[in-house]
Amino acid sequence: MQMIAIEFNLNGILVKAEVNPGVRLIDFLRDEYGLTGTKEGCGIGECGACTIILDGKAVNSCLILACQIDGKEILTIEGLANSGELHRLQENFLKKGAVQCGFCTPGMIISAYSLLLLNPNPAEQEIREAIAGNLCRCTGYKQIISAIEESIVVNIEND
Amino acid sequence: MREFNFTNPSTLDEASKILKTSDSSSALLAGGTDLLSLIKHEIIDPENLVNIKNLNGFDKIVYRKGEGLKLGALVRISDIAEHQIIKDKFTVLSDAASVIASPQLRNMGTIGGNLCQRPRCWYYREEFDCIRKGGDICYAYLGKNKYHCIVGGGPCYIVHPSDTAVALTALDAKVTIYSNGDYKSIPIQEFFILPEVNYLKENVLEPGEIVTEIFIPEPKADVKSKYIKFMERNAWDFAVVSVASVMNLSNGKISSGKLAWGGVAPVPWQEEQLNQKMSGLSIDDNSVEEFSKSLFENSEPLEHNEYKLILAKNLTKRIIKEIAAD
Ligand SMILES: Cc1cc2nc3c(=O)[nH]c(=O)nc-3n(C[C@H](O)[C@H](O)[C@H](O)COP(=O)(O)OP(=O)(O)OC[C@H]3O[C@@H](n4cnc5c(N)ncnc54)[C@H](O)[C@@H]3O)c2cc1C
Ligand code: SF4
Ligand code: FES
Ligand code: FES
Repeated sequence: MQMIAIEFNLNGILVKAEVNPGVRLIDFLRDEYGLTGTKEGCGIGECGACTIILDGKAVNSCLILACQIDGKEILTIEGLANSGELHRLQENFLKKGAVQCGFCTPGMIISAYSLLLLNPNPAEQEIREAIAGNLCRCTGYKQIISAIEESIVVNIEND
Repeated sequence: MREFNFTNPSTLDEASKILKTSDSSSALLAGGTDLLSLIKHEIIDPENLVNIKNLNGFDKIVYRKGEGLKLGALVRISDIAEHQIIKDKFTVLSDAASVIASPQLRNMGTIGGNLCQRPRCWYYREEFDCIRKGGDICYAYLGKNKYHCIVGGGPCYIVHPSDTAVALTALDAKVTIYSNGDYKSIPIQEFFILPEVNYLKENVLEPGEIVTEIFIPEPKADVKSKYIKFMERNAWDFAVVSVASVMNLSNGKISSGKLAWGGVAPVPWQEEQLNQKMSGLSIDDNSVEEFSKSLFENSEPLEHNEYKLILAKNLTKRIIKEIAAD
């Protein structure tokens, strides 16, 4: 079996690995690194539960092969909290009741995080567009949007 | 997923040679957002993936005033959607790019892959051995054909799924193809082919041929353009019907214009006589109504998709009026 050597930055740490070319990034992260916050909903790009950040941009890890990430930077939901302290998006999702079953939550927060990276003060419409690729079957999005909006306000007050 | 080999060629020529000599046992991988789905659903079964994503120089957007716009085949859809010059001068293209799929898919998908993506016909994507997969019948023809084509069909009735292809058709783009050690450039209208020409593929590419660049000539001064996509759910989805238009206006009339439609045919659809009829068309309700009535005279809707013809006519009226009012 062919194995491919890759080197990449995972949540701030440089790692080296050998991967079978048929392995998807989502499985690689979950099975090799125990990063099970990244979820598989549909496996075909439709639900966003598998969203991670690749070189600063939100992408679906179910449609990427592990061997495609050589030399790149990956951020998963586990990389958001800072030494045990939740990221403000995570705090606000809890506070605003934006988490019910929680299956969509990591992907949703990662999409919101990538939006705030580029656009620290998004309008509601921009928030809606940023999470358009993330399905939530429980909350109806209202609480999610308000949790993201809340995270902007905190940002402005703190910085 | 399944077992295959992965190669990272360092030059275009190397990639092309591997793809050519191994024929259908190799597949070209760009962003992978369509290819990996095709493999997962066992529609294709390559032994070898040839990754072109790491090739240098194909991810640039270059605009030269007076000449036009060049998009490398590996430019991401999100980069097109956000590019300021494209928004200003080639609005129809940034409009189309910005309504494709989701932010995550736009960040990964490339323009080359968007043009070369395979059809979304549900029989094709599921386990039906239809004509396009080498079988004997088109399941859609007498089956569930709500989302299939109304014009240009037979013996297969897909619609082409790409939004950018429709915008690029209205913009008279050219597609550059690397072929046997050389480059050739063809009008996008000749890049896509109807099922009656070949129902096993959607474009002219032969094994080993790779799209390297899309070129859009400098538009006329004061041109206005727009893309309108009708989707069933309001979020992100493939177009049910879409329309792209590029036009110049003077004194309440269209002095020249181009239209192209998505979701109606197996290729981005354009009718030369409609483009000609647009020149001199007055932007008043009656003239625009008359014009839209003359759309797709050769259309042959299937059992469940007659609504697309009405939709296409309405969207066409809307786009002309909206561009005129902008
Ligand atoms: C859930 C979902 C929703 C979507 N919605 C839309 C939509 O609304 N509108 C729309 O337009 N698209 C839509 N798409 C399609 C998406 O935009 C394409 O998957 C994407 O653009 C393909 O780009 P890629 O780089 O990932 O291509 P890949 O998946 O890498 O390749 C796709 C195909 O093109 C071939 N190919 C790629 N690059 C080249 C090249 N340079 N030369 C020759 N052949 C090449 C590959 O061999 C493969 O067969 C959707 C996809 C998904 C999964
Ligand atoms: S429309 Fe084309 S792809 Fe769909 S079932 Fe018919 S032959 Fe197959
Ligand atoms: S699991 Fe990747 S988008 Fe649904
Ligand atoms: S909280 Fe259950 S899917 Fe969103």
